[in-house]
Amino acid sequence: MALSEFDRSLIHAAQSGLPLVPRPYEALGAALGVSAEMVCERLADMLASGLIRRIGAVPDHYKLGFTANGMSVWDVADEVVDDLGARVADLPGVSHCYRRPRQLPSWPYNLFAMLHGRSRGDVQQQAHRIEALLGSACRGHDILYSTAILKKTGLRLREN
Amino acid sequence: MCSDNTVWIDPADARLVDHLHGGFPLVDRPFAQVAAELGQSEDEVIERLTRLLGQGVLTRFGPLFQIERAGGIFVLAAMSVPDARFDAVAHIVNAWPEVAHNYRRESAAAAADRRSARKHGMPSAHGAALNMWFVMAAESAAVAEEVMQRIEADTGLPVWRFPKEREFKVELKLPIMEAAGGAV
Repeated sequence: MALSEFDRSLIHAAQSGLPLVPRPYEALGAALGVSAEMVCERLADMLASGLIRRIGAVPDHYKLGFTANGMSVWDVADEVVDDLGARVADLPGVSHCYRRPRQLPSWPYNLFAMLHGRSRGDVQQQAHRIEALLGSACRGHDILYSTAILKKTGLRLREN
Repeated sequence: MCSDNTVWIDPADARLVDHLHGGFPLVDRPFAQVAAELGQSEDEVIERLTRLLGQGVLTRFGPLFQIERAGGIFVLAAMSVPDARFDAVAHIVNAWPEVAHNYRRESAAAAADRRSARKHGMPSAHGAALNMWFVMAAESAAVAEEVMQRIEADTGLPVWRFPKEREFKVELKLPIMEAAGGAV
């Protein structure tokens, strides 16, 4: 599904955030030369199709005290990684969970689970739970703690 | 670069942030509707959001686009950047609009190796640890690849690609209320 010209201009206008005014959709529409109703209709379609995941607020977890952020990475046997990945995703503290390619020989890990806590101790506890769940299917793991946010803007479509 | 300083947010802020996690209405005056649901005024909701964004407690407020539904792609990428060049390389990488997030990361295993190396005078097994991890959000796989190749050319460092092969979970909801010191 390619983007229509209008969708592209709508994404471009809204990707850095909604205007903080009483009628934000009217303001977006005014910038695009359409009505508030038209903006709401397209945004509703995009929500329904999944092109918009949600309309909401993105917090900076560091500022809220969740200062320990660990990308835990696991070397899990290929035959079981999909079953186990789904179960790891359901554990508390896991925000994102993906299977990704190994980069042998230096990078043996194929399961990535992002962990969050108020301290590295919290994150280690979460990692222990994953380790227990994976059991003998796991051949090794590491935790990469974030030590600085270098950028956090989200999607930025270029203007054509 | 964002500060790592924790900000204290009041319980009404926390309630608002939690509430907005559940979605934002597509109506003529959405802030007024949210305000009514929370027992606040429209002006107050707009003021709180403006302040939270200004303080950096919120990094964005609006539609979160899942560009993969329109042919786009998210790719996790990583580099092993020498300390002395770290800021300069971060500058080159961050200058691309396709770089949506970028984090400096430290491997727990590499850190343990370093401590052990200092203690025993042994070289580290994780010497070339991947310490810069960024997410590309691009309109197509070709654009993402082009940007990664340009980054490799401009920095002289390899970019390791970790495209997702399967997604098990992609939602983040932390107990913000707890962060504000308990329920209201």
